Amino acid sequence: MTIKIKKQAAETGLRRKVEEMSGVDLSLCYQCKKCTCGCPVAKLSQSPPSEIVRRLQLGAGNELLENDHIWLCLSCETCYSRCPMQINVASVIDALRTLTLARKTSLPRGNSPLFNRTFLKAVETYGRSYDLLAIMQYKLGGGNLTQDVEKFPTMLKKGKMAILPPSGADKKTVKQIFKKAQQHKGSGK
Amino acid sequence: MKYAYYPGCSAHSTARDMHESSMAVARSLDIELVELKGWSCCGATAAHQTDRALAASLPSANLVLAKTSGLDMVVNCAACYNRLKYANHEIITMPAMRQQVNDAIGREYDGSVKVRHLVEVLLEDIGVVKLRKHFKQSLNGLKVACYYGCLLVRPPEVMNFDDPENPTSLDRLVNAMGGESLEWPYKVECCGGGLSLTRTDVLVKLSALIIEAAQACGADCIAVACPMCQSSLDLRQKDIEKEAGKRFNLPVVYISQLLGLCLGIPHKELGLNRLMVNPSVILKTIA
Repeated sequence: MTIKIKKQAAETGLRRKVEEMSGVDLSLCYQCKKCTCGCPVAKLSQSPPSEIVRRLQLGAGNELLENDHIWLCLSCETCYSRCPMQINVASVIDALRTLTLARKTSLPRGNSPLFNRTFLKAVETYGRSYDLLAIMQYKLGGGNLTQDVEKFPTMLKKGKMAILPPSGADKKTVKQIFKKAQQHKGSGK
Repeated sequence: MKYAYYPGCSAHSTARDMHESSMAVARSLDIELVELKGWSCCGATAAHQTDRALAASLPSANLVLAKTSGLDMVVNCAACYNRLKYANHEIITMPAMRQQVNDAIGREYDGSVKVRHLVEVLLEDIGVVKLRKHFKQSLNGLKVACYYGCLLVRPPEVMNFDDPENPTSLDRLVNAMGGESLEWPYKVECCGGGLSLTRTDVLVKLSALIIEAAQACGADCIAVACPMCQSSLDLRQKDIEKEAGKRFNLPVVYISQLLGLCLGIPHKELGLNRLMVNPSVILKTIA
């Protein structure tokens, strides 16, 4: 396999930033590919996890943030669990996700960032998740409007979808957590 | 036996049956679960995919509540269990994260609360020998494929729950109930739950492999301990059947529902009516 990468102005590309965010030392990887062998989406994505790590080692830049593996990864942590060097590959992928959000790269198929936003917005508002609201906002924001609508009546009947928003959480603390996260991001750390 | 109980958001939506059956089982075994007052969302997948500090702070707001109570924390949802333990791990191993989390929650938390899954409490604090004495009914050789998924067992450095490649906690419970737990190769494979709404096509592909394997190994049903797994395999089983081009009709139940049946708890209290795939094969075998 040949890997072609575009070198950024900075010698190390995204590597240093990713290492700093994930706490991972990428030089430990010697490409045994155990992560890729166990990855449930290795065959479905542009690059399996071992290749993402290799690209970072070789100094890949922002173009790596367009790789569909970043949002296809299921965070199942099989990669980390089986890595002989205990490299937390899932944490590397999380760091890449955070970078795609900050650098506003093109949206992945299925738009997971939108769903995450609507999910977290409900948590910020009510202190707990509110599936109905999050799903509706996701659908209205560009998700597939008709998908799963046939399941909705059964879920309601079986009590698997709450109509009313959740109550009882310490909303003040949750709001403060979101505010601090926002401030921290703003401070550039 | 008294524990601080963290229900998790799904207890009031997609996993109401898990919550109901777990509470009923706990009551029946004199396990006191004290719901944490003011508990909030753990942040789930959405938080850790967005911001690492947010993902550690949201669970910590709950862990600090348990710390005040002085009790171990018991969790049912494998996803919450994972996020709560991850928060503890990061607070203990990353001093900068601890500082940031404490600043966000406005309290001092040191990562010391013991977080336990209800299955651990049953196996470690009660044990199968004592449990057996409580059972009023047997599973009568029901063939059960115990499915653990990702979040309970991985990563082992953080979760420290059973063997990460071949866990047997649920199997031990099934065997204690007089069922036959099956050897099968998909115990810890991923169901694709993280992409349930956004890339359903991926979930359907991965979950189809799991259901096909369970059925090929002769399973009468699948037993789970995670609401994401349950919902992928049960709620989406019709979509999976379409993808696979065949009918499975394989019930996917929570381990707490099986335990409840053996403890003689009425079906209604176990939320059996909330399952999408009818569990009649289980009820027939037990009766």
